[in-house]
Amino acid sequence: MVEGVGLAVALDGCGWHPAAWREPEARPRELFSGRYWTELVQEAEHGRLDFVTIEDTLALQSSGRAAGGQPDEPDGRVDEVRGRLDAVLIAARVAPLTRGVGLVPTIVVTHTEPFHISKAIATLDFASAGRAGVRVRIAASGDVAAHFGRRDLPGRWSAESAAELFDEAADYVEVVRRLWDSWEDDAEIRDVATGRFIDREKLHYIDFAGRWFTVRGPSIVPRPPQGQPLVTALAHDTVPYRFAARAADLVHVTPRDARDAARISALVRAEWAAAGRPETEARLFADLVVFLDEDGGRAAERRQRLDERSGPEREFRSDAQIFVGTPSELADLLAEWADSGIDGFQLRPAVLPTDLRAITRGLVPELRRRGLFRDEYRAATLRGRLGLDRPANRYAPTGGVR
Amino acid sequence: MSRPVKQIHLAAHFPGVNNTTVWSDPRSGSHIDFASFVHFARTAERAKFDFLFLAEGLRLREQRGRIHDLDVVGRPDTFTVLAALAAVTDRLGLAGTINSTFNEPFEVARQFASLDHLSDGRAAWNVVTSWDAFTGENFRRGGFLPEGERYGRAEQFLRTAWELFDSWQADDIIADKESGVFLADPAAGSFEHTDAHFDIRGRFTVPRSPQGRPVIFQAGDSDAGREFAASSADAIFSRHSEFDAGRAFHADVKRRLGRYGRGPEDLLVLPAASFVLGDTDADAQERAAEVRRQQVSGATAILLLEQVWNRDLQKHDPEGPLPEVDPLPGEHTIAQGRASVRMYEDRLATARRWRELAEQRTLTTRELIIEVTGRQTFVGSPVAVAEAINRFVQADAADGFILVPHITPSGLDEFADTVVPLLQERGVFRAEYEGTTLRDHLGLRTGAGAGRQL
Repeated sequence: MVEGVGLAVALDGCGWHPAAWREPEARPRELFSGRYWTELVQEAEHGRLDFVTIEDTLALQSSGRAAGGQPDEPDGRVDEVRGRLDAVLIAARVAPLTRGVGLVPTIVVTHTEPFHISKAIATLDFASAGRAGVRVRIAASGDVAAHFGRRDLPGRWSAESAAELFDEAADYVEVVRRLWDSWEDDAEIRDVATGRFIDREKLHYIDFAGRWFTVRGPSIVPRPPQGQPLVTALAHDTVPYRFAARAADLVHVTPRDARDAARISALVRAEWAAAGRPETEARLFADLVVFLDEDGGRAAERRQRLDERSGPEREFRSDAQIFVGTPSELADLLAEWADSGIDGFQLRPAVLPTDLRAITRGLVPELRRRGLFRDEYRAATLRGRLGLDRPANRYAPTGGVR
Repeated sequence: MSRPVKQIHLAAHFPGVNNTTVWSDPRSGSHIDFASFVHFARTAERAKFDFLFLAEGLRLREQRGRIHDLDVVGRPDTFTVLAALAAVTDRLGLAGTINSTFNEPFEVARQFASLDHLSDGRAAWNVVTSWDAFTGENFRRGGFLPEGERYGRAEQFLRTAWELFDSWQADDIIADKESGVFLADPAAGSFEHTDAHFDIRGRFTVPRSPQGRPVIFQAGDSDAGREFAASSADAIFSRHSEFDAGRAFHADVKRRLGRYGRGPEDLLVLPAASFVLGDTDADAQERAAEVRRQQVSGATAILLLEQVWNRDLQKHDPEGPLPEVDPLPGEHTIAQGRASVRMYEDRLATARRWRELAEQRTLTTRELIIEVTGRQTFVGSPVAVAEAINRFVQADAADGFILVPHITPSGLDEFADTVVPLLQERGVFRAEYEGTTLRDHLGLRTGAGAGRQL
């Protein structure tokens, strides 16, 4: 099991508040450099966090959802951060310059190829020596579909079309996982006597055939160090809970309070049971946006200043609960939610690097004082750190090397 | 001196899935572990090479319906490796082969623009095409593209990607905290493109990268491939590494450039070249012969024979003469997932040529295959190899070479330590990087004029 609570941060642009880029410490002109991301992830590693996720979509950022419109609809605004780099490549760029923290880029399944993503994440797992994960999401909007021109999606979001996209996402993750297993761990034999580089009996066609695609396999990349890199998904409702519980190793949820955390935990755990997934093989993390300062007044002031900059028509809302306060108050909250069935937390810093540093240099020591967080990385891999085993290979007759 | 001496460009091809790579050598390391890539890239950068090059294969190769197991099998993902290498190198160009058939322009443009940002302007894209349903079985669309349309799609793919790269101006991001203006243009990234292959519109997500557009390589050798290179590429990765063929190829593609309003300096010709070094030329010849024997085992000889014969020849003795039966004409059914099967288009004529050679010199099947397939381009002492490379370049048989070592990851070390200093002494290869981007290294234009309009 995990010692204490799990702890991760979600990195996005200059932080999660749309006006964060105007804060004194923000570095908006460096957003598209390798150094910017490396320094943020190294800060997370300094706090010995379990992992970072890196946000991504296949659309330009938009205030559409907050303004009551469609999530990915272009909004014509010029006063917020626009533009971003591919999250998988950011994670790869950071991998050789970090040693312990897990790297979990976001990918969109709806318009991409499971074969390409499977090999990319397997390669990230090699480049990071077993610290790779992937957060999967769907893209339901017609605006994103028009970037690819390969399928028509309704212009407006509907529960029905989203449900279909989640079904497709489940097939997608199944293909990605089969491809990771399509080489047994000891398939490369380099047998000089017979001239054989691999034992081809240990490579497997995955022969997936579903409603949306068929994929033959095997992967072009050998089985990655973790066997199965960590798959995560964020879910807010019954259909996505079901998808996330079945497809992901780690489910991100957004409870409003401890009672809500208990309610959601029961729902997700019921889905795990229905999917035949033991609770020891899955983790439930709650997401929170944080404005964090040793001086609670300063945190509140910061939020107010940012909200004023955004203007009254752009009230800062989030799918996740917004916490404003001190590390000690946040530690109280995390402890309470942990008692309500939450295994760990993914904090979304409202401002980077300010709130990230408050997490690693304020919250982490506070949690350590309470015996809720480790001093050092003990397990070498991301799965190991979360208390998840290296899974047996589904294609290996004996389950393969563990 | 009337003009400065022509400078050589050098690149390093990471050894991989083909029988040039010798995996049976005790010095041979992993082709997957990132440490191998770090060693190789740092050697190339220490030697001031222009760039590192990764090939692509999106399905494991098969022979007679089974996964081919005699060569190196498997390779990591190109974009992921290049982005990670950007963290451990500072100047070396990072070139990846990415297929235009089983990808979409929006995603590939996003990846290359991201790589160019994350490497501070060192990204290059070798645009390749494929059509085969065999590879398509790993992708959503399967084998959707008729062979005749592959260059059409590749050209439109590249043109579309350029529109995406150009959809942001270099000064679109202001990020002025005081005034609160982040974006100069509310429509930055807007694009709309319609042709026979793509019908897409919206907003591109990656602001303009340091090189504006990544450097474009083209590798095809057909007439359509050469024309594509002349119209659109910054460099051509050619197979013509022999002197006379190299000069003819060089002249041919440079001649085509005028049609597109381009000059000879706008397209570099970089053949792939293998090499074997030794203390003396005789020593190098001996090592080269040994490497050829390692590259072509008996089993590999039979396999290469099958690619021409298009028959199951598993019972044939590689240490005996060529088979008496003739190749099977018609559709190729033996080998899948290889570019090389197309090299032997007239199989009967190839077989006739091979029989004559084997008879003339009393060669066994394996000896014949060693003779007719992939001899090393440069064999000799460091001095002899440096001279040969320089002679090729000064005579316009090439503008430089993409070197293909046969050992991973140390196969470039000796070249870096012995040949490169000689080229530097002769003043034909840089002693230090002068610029920061790959376009700088290759002497290509940057900014608004970079890349071409089709």
